[in-house]
Amino acid sequence: MIKVIKSGFYTSIQDCGRFGYGVYGVPTSGSMDSYSSQFANAVLGNFDKSAVLEITMTGPKLQFLRPTIIAISGADMSPALNDKPIKINSIITVRENDVLSFGRLRLGLRAYIAIKGGFLSNKVLGSRSMYKGITSTNRISNKDDLAYNSYLDVQKALNANIKYDKSILETDTLEVFKGPEFDRLTKEMQTQILNSNFNVSKLNNRMAYQLEPLFKNGLKQILTSPVLPGTVQLTPSGRLIVLMRDCQTTGGYPRILQLSNKAINILSQKTEGNCLKIRLKEF
Amino acid sequence: MAFNLKYFRYNESSILIEWPAVIDENLLKDILNYKKYIENYYIKQKVEVINSYSSLLIKYNVTIDNINDRLKELKALYRNRNNIYFTKPVIWNIPVCYDTEFGVDLDAFVQEKKLSKSEVISIYSDVIYTVYFIGFLPGFLYLGGLDNRLFLDRKTTPNLNVKKGSVAIGGQQTGIYPQDSPGGWHVIGNSPIQLFNTKQNTPCIIKAGDKVKFSPVDKLEHKNILDKVNTSNYQIKSISNND
Repeated sequence: MIKVIKSGFYTSIQDCGRFGYGVYGVPTSGSMDSYSSQFANAVLGNFDKSAVLEITMTGPKLQFLRPTIIAISGADMSPALNDKPIKINSIITVRENDVLSFGRLRLGLRAYIAIKGGFLSNKVLGSRSMYKGITSTNRISNKDDLAYNSYLDVQKALNANIKYDKSILETDTLEVFKGPEFDRLTKEMQTQILNSNFNVSKLNNRMAYQLEPLFKNGLKQILTSPVLPGTVQLTPSGRLIVLMRDCQTTGGYPRILQLSNKAINILSQKTEGNCLKIRLKEF
Repeated sequence: MAFNLKYFRYNESSILIEWPAVIDENLLKDILNYKKYIENYYIKQKVEVINSYSSLLIKYNVTIDNINDRLKELKALYRNRNNIYFTKPVIWNIPVCYDTEFGVDLDAFVQEKKLSKSEVISIYSDVIYTVYFIGFLPGFLYLGGLDNRLFLDRKTTPNLNVKKGSVAIGGQQTGIYPQDSPGGWHVIGNSPIQLFNTKQNTPCIIKAGDKVKFSPVDKLEHKNILDKVNTSNYQIKSISNND
């Protein structure tokens, strides 16, 4: 078990999310940056779908009551075990009562803590991903206990040959496909949007990222239609909203662009004020 | 009836199929019938098919390698379909209490529409609504069929906490909030039934294509039903359908 001494800014249990429940209006959820989450699991030889902790901006302080191995990937938040700095993207051996903490955010926004065998919270509708209204809470809190199976058989060499692709944290270009309503934009608007520089607004979370600037002409609303994580909506007031992993299953704003899965991962590592460009891609 | 459908690759692993953008029951039947064909065709793979008023979204759980093959098989399914999957829709009876404790916007609504409270309740209860799809929140039913005498634009400032079970009208639409949520619709009553339950394999009993009828209940019956719901002793009832 892990004792949560401090929960951090926004820490939640996530996995690959829910598949097959969209028809009931259930969001997909799952790790915002699926690449980094799966990388942390791969370092430990876990399954892709093993549940991890997604930590945001300010990390938690956690005490492990049983030995195990962990790996941390994604944003660099200066992790330390018993106040001694530890490496990211590698196997960390944890002994009874060790305390994991985080310091300054150096790069990115979200980091993933994988644990051997995965976190063992209750599965709801096929997934452990926390989402309000589906699981009992949407994030962990101080004094929570997090369950895992202890692990003693330390294999340092495990998966030592995989290399973390740092471009997820460093690039500012998002690959996008044309969205279902892209062709409703005038040629002028298409060119203007595709050649813009964007900033992440302060309204950014697991449901959606709003981008700046505003565009002069929006589009009329559409009949409520399916949307996906990564769908870029253009509101009548000219605002671009990028839907993220916790987004609703349907929406009424025109869907002008669609982020690639990699672009969703990249955007998940951005925060207020970060600059972005987009690049149109064909399938 | 065959419609001219538009096929669109939505992302690495999804295809969107679009019908003409209208709210129409015959269109819904065609969509749901095609949906069944697609689900049966892919029965051995993990594929999720989601509908809305005028589209189907097909989510594969792997990247689509050959889009032309997928489109060819989907188009053939539409060409060769018939109506064998069409079954008589279930009509669900949903109890609603219009006491002002629950219908927090009912007085204002009545004034705005220049109708009496009992007129609003009877117009609202007379209709058999069609469930088009579920979206917005887990278990939120998009219902069609609201009487145009009850159309009222959404509030300009949304309410930050609309209570679970609130029965509300927004523009030409009506629905029931399955959980506490912010919302901009006018709340006229409350239903004690549980629309979404994660403990069930099928978390929503009511599905697209079903019908819904609202029956007025008083405060006491609302409480009785709510008690049963809270102890898992309430089953939502269907009315026999003879149309």
